[in-house]
Amino acid sequence: MLVGALVLAGAAMALAWRNGSAPLARLSYRALLLGAIPSWILMRAGAEWIASKEDLTADSDLSWISIGFTTADAGIVVLLVATLCAGLALRRARRNEGAAGLGRASAVLVSLLVVAYVVVIWAMTTKPI
Amino acid sequence: MYDWLLFLHVLAAFALVATVVIFSAFAFGAVREPRVLTVANVLWAVGGLGTLVLGIWLAIYVDGYEVWDGWIIAAIVLWAIANELGRRAQAGFIAAPGRRGEEVAPALPRNAALMHWLRSGIVLALLVVMVYKPGA
Repeated sequence: MLVGALVLAGAAMALAWRNGSAPLARLSYRALLLGAIPSWILMRAGAEWIASKEDLTADSDLSWISIGFTTADAGIVVLLVATLCAGLALRRARRNEGAAGLGRASAVLVSLLVVAYVVVIWAMTTKPI
Repeated sequence: MYDWLLFLHVLAAFALVATVVIFSAFAFGAVREPRVLTVANVLWAVGGLGTLVLGIWLAIYVDGYEVWDGWIIAAIVLWAIANELGRRAQAGFIAAPGRRGEEVAPALPRNAALMHWLRSGIVLALLVVMVYKPGA
């Protein structure tokens, strides 16, 4: 759900910044606020649960565990900044003030998150050391 | 080889779920921008093909699994049902597209939303089968 919401937000914001579309900026903002952030909380809680159950912690020497925890914890900061940028972009788009910069920033941050989570999916499935 | 097959198989599954999330946003009333709809449909096509081909490849490649194992047959049947429901949902969503710049999404054909939610349930069931592998 987290990755899906990020893909939706990124696609909508990438389209919104080109033509300053307020509805698309709103779709992106809502996808982040109502989709990605709650999904991140679910994902992080689930990760902690399974790590505890399997006796794996963030301090583990296993690199795939470290990649997961590091990306998840840094990811929420990036996600919050991207959501803030999307919210400000939406407000500016509604006022016809030009929101290209904020929209672009949000889309870039969301794209970075998607790439980071693909790396995490790789780490979680292949479990390198 | 096994690692890459599994990674790409799981990545394809993420593409399927991403489609479900995007369609859910539309079903909840988000503006159905045609290009975002296209992104969702492409993800569904890539994810659908990827999960099936790589899943069967994995079943053949991995010792201990066979394509005719009950949970794998169940997954293939669920995959087929999800695809048919997805085809019907997509047809309904495409038939009532949004327009660029509109503030409110036009009403969605009821059947399209129903097909989407049924597909979402089947995808969830598919995930449960993949995770728990009943009978394996």
